[in-house]
Amino acid sequence: MNQQKDTYKKMEGQDSSGSVKAGKYETVIGLETHVELFTTTKMFCGCKLSFGADPNTCTCPVCLGHPGTLPVINKKAIEFAIKIALALNCTINNYSIFHRKNYFYPDMPKNYQISQYDLPVSSKGYLDVDMGDYIRRVGITRVHLEEDTGKLIHTGVTGRISESAASIVDFNRAGTPLIEIVTEPDIKSPAEAKEYLISLRNLLLYLDVSDCSMEEGSLRCDANVSVRPAGTAGLGTKAEIKNMNSFKFLQKGLEYEVLRQVEILESGGKVIQQTRHYDHVTDTTKALRSKEEAHDYRYFPEPDLVPMQIGDSIIKEIKSAIPELPFEKTARFVSQFGISIYDCRFLVADKNMAEYFEKCCVLYGNAKTVVNWLMGDFSALLNKDDISINESKITPEKLTRMLEMIDNGRINSKIAKSVFEEMFATGTDPQKIIEGKGLEQISDEGMIESLVDKVINENPGTVEQFRSGKVKALGFLVGQVMAGTKGKANPKLVNEILLRKLR
Amino acid sequence: MKEESLNFFPAHKLNKMLKNREISATDIAGTVNSAIQKVQEKLNVYIRLESEKMLEQAKQVDSYIGNGGEVKDFTGIPIAIKDNICTKGITTTCASKILENYVPVYDATVVKKLKDQHFVLTGKANMDEFAMGSSNENSYFGNVKNPWATARVPGGSSGGPAASVASGTAICALGSDTGGSIRQPAALCGIVGLKPTYGLVSRYGLVAFASSLDQIGPLTRDVEDSASLLNVVCGWDENDSTSINQAHPDYTRFLSGDMKNMKIGVPRELMVNEMDSEIKDSVTRALKLAQDMGAVVEETSLPSLEYALSVYYIIAPSEASSNLSRFDGVRYGYRNGTAETLRQMYKKSRAEGFGPEVKRRIMIGTYCLSAGYYDAYYEKAQRVRTLIIEDFRKAFEKYDVLISPTSPTTAFKIGEKVEDPLTMYLSDICTIPVNLAGLPAISIPCGLSSKDNLPMGLQVIGNILREDNVFRAASSLEKAIGFDKIPEELYKS
Repeated sequence: MNQQKDTYKKMEGQDSSGSVKAGKYETVIGLETHVELFTTTKMFCGCKLSFGADPNTCTCPVCLGHPGTLPVINKKAIEFAIKIALALNCTINNYSIFHRKNYFYPDMPKNYQISQYDLPVSSKGYLDVDMGDYIRRVGITRVHLEEDTGKLIHTGVTGRISESAASIVDFNRAGTPLIEIVTEPDIKSPAEAKEYLISLRNLLLYLDVSDCSMEEGSLRCDANVSVRPAGTAGLGTKAEIKNMNSFKFLQKGLEYEVLRQVEILESGGKVIQQTRHYDHVTDTTKALRSKEEAHDYRYFPEPDLVPMQIGDSIIKEIKSAIPELPFEKTARFVSQFGISIYDCRFLVADKNMAEYFEKCCVLYGNAKTVVNWLMGDFSALLNKDDISINESKITPEKLTRMLEMIDNGRINSKIAKSVFEEMFATGTDPQKIIEGKGLEQISDEGMIESLVDKVINENPGTVEQFRSGKVKALGFLVGQVMAGTKGKANPKLVNEILLRKLR
Repeated sequence: MKEESLNFFPAHKLNKMLKNREISATDIAGTVNSAIQKVQEKLNVYIRLESEKMLEQAKQVDSYIGNGGEVKDFTGIPIAIKDNICTKGITTTCASKILENYVPVYDATVVKKLKDQHFVLTGKANMDEFAMGSSNENSYFGNVKNPWATARVPGGSSGGPAASVASGTAICALGSDTGGSIRQPAALCGIVGLKPTYGLVSRYGLVAFASSLDQIGPLTRDVEDSASLLNVVCGWDENDSTSINQAHPDYTRFLSGDMKNMKIGVPRELMVNEMDSEIKDSVTRALKLAQDMGAVVEETSLPSLEYALSVYYIIAPSEASSNLSRFDGVRYGYRNGTAETLRQMYKKSRAEGFGPEVKRRIMIGTYCLSAGYYDAYYEKAQRVRTLIIEDFRKAFEKYDVLISPTSPTTAFKIGEKVEDPLTMYLSDICTIPVNLAGLPAISIPCGLSSKDNLPMGLQVIGNILREDNVFRAASSLEKAIGFDKIPEELYKS
């Protein structure tokens, strides 16, 4: 009993990465991520993809599963799949086929899903996940293509199936191209799982194949998680966790599940293989169905489609069209702009941010200054308004013009901050803001001198303190001079002149 | 020619007469319609008749021709469509309760192609439910009777299409053939039935039974109509990924009736002992005629054909179990109104909507695809299927065509085999291997049995996309055999 309590304490004392620090257990996680591709049309018919369209308006006999209809593969979706697979360092399989996955559910028009099984479009790759002080290489088992289902809407206030009188189906989503990315059980902690998903999402955004919105369900992630005694090689019994629809919930759901499994083992129990549902309100996982109740999907090769033969020339062509990816970009930024890895990580984590940064660097020589502004004031305001940098009213041209004004001494950094805020709010050119508000820095030595004289005369006590060795008193005097110019005086000049007069 | 017999003319003759303005489309439709009025009740050929529309359509065709419209091969020709081929706005039931009121919102590709010809639709022809059966006794709308002997079956599953042509209630028909469903009823009804190479005719709009075996094909009065109807319906279709993207020849070029030096193989495995000896004799007689015309005839062996029936009854039900899962009462078709849960709705709708043979095959297929059984059944069947394909490939290195009986028996009595599905399955023993290998094959009449005056059929099998050889041999034999009988008794009473 005592021992058990002890272990639990050690568990509580786990580090922020969520791994079982006590060293008694190791966590093993594999992730399955589904990504809706934003091709123009659906996976197997000509219907437009339709986020937000009126229910059942983007449908046809094929995606409604009418009798006699047949699927035709969307070539663009295959191209996207290959692109993703290549970016994940996968082997593209020259010969690949679709299978039918059979099960009954009302959101699935044919009561089978066209998916891939033992001959997927690609397999055996990896994604390097930057954990800050180490890199976790996560093996990618496979990347395959399939079709999405429709959406069930349960009538009633709560939207819960148990409390609704009826369920209605919207088939707009049915047939949307879906990529499934399956990892090896290489992920060692909930924190790594979260970082993996962040990296994967970022990669997909760079590839421009999906909007990757977890909120809207275009990026969905399920996890297989198990624990095992530290240092052992075999895998423990796993649970599949569903419904972790944000980065935060992924980590929290897994943290809960790891604890649950360790507790079971510690109390001498056995983990049952089952599918569990994460509830973010209670922050727990609940059993959905056990292995015995699991579906037998009766996979067999889809006879309505012919095998996909993907030639090397097509692979080459797609490969050459892949843009610079986050890892490559980081390396280049370090060498090209001489900024730190830490800075690069920040920039590269957002494709738009990285692009913005590069545009600024074409216009303006000091990369580090640009990064400081992007990481500091700019990010703060973007976060506050919850917008992306490419939605901001400040263009790289405006930002760099402002930076030049600071360098040229036309405005000081304090004024710059208010100019920046104004630019952010209105998009006005910094030159106009300065002119309109008379914010230009005062560097007229005669004017500053007469102000300094005035401040010295008005504050004999402070002057005396300074002269008797209280250096801090200088700050007050500078402040007085600055106040006299409403902050516009060149602070460097004020300092110089004050010191000269005080000696 | 008397107008009354127009309904027993082949389309190519009617086409010439239309072109020469000897007759009108209305004349043809009128004759066919009065035949329908006379025998539909007796034979139950059609699930849905389009009599009024048919006459209206014929009128429109006449004015189209009157206005200088081109008379194509099937312009104004009354054609029956099997009720598993989708017709926009016209029920397509698959002879099942589950689709009793289903009205497609689109036309099958073959129907579109016929519409481009300005054809005239007689109606939707009866069939075995979801094309599962060899006697047309599995129809929710009642069985079809053989025009030659109404106490007997017309064969199946395209019993309605075959009986429509045989009874003169359509000039031609389109059917579907998964394991013999065009050729076997054609043989039992004394007409010509062709299953084209898999992929030659688009399956888009054909309600799937077994996707890797299904193929649409013509049922016609003679080989020439078969070739010209194939000309119209074949060709690549962007809506069917399994359709062959390749130009096709004009198949009527191969009807010279000359089979000199053609090499014919006769597979031992398709001349089995269980066959009616008279059928074997009639095929042997036809082979003698072929030799007289200068063809070389040899017995040969395709050993793996022995397993064809077993392979078929694993693969076809497996695919069917998946294809038919969409009939669930959710979006269209029959739904049980009393179910209180989702599972109940599925179970009751399907239990009440499907007939016994369909359920049997869904169960067989579901079993064969189940985890733990897949390797032993489906996977193994696919491997044996490859052996069958290989046997055919080798045979066609030596022979231009293979010839066999189409069906081991003539039309059997209604009810005779209903209680014994395994015996029923044997009806397709000669036709099934052809579907497994995706080959083209035709059934032509080769005489009437002396015992009961029932039609017998002969099958000509060709290599993949070698419909040319099939038509060459079939047209030669057709001429030599000279079968010109129609079921006259039908109209006497």
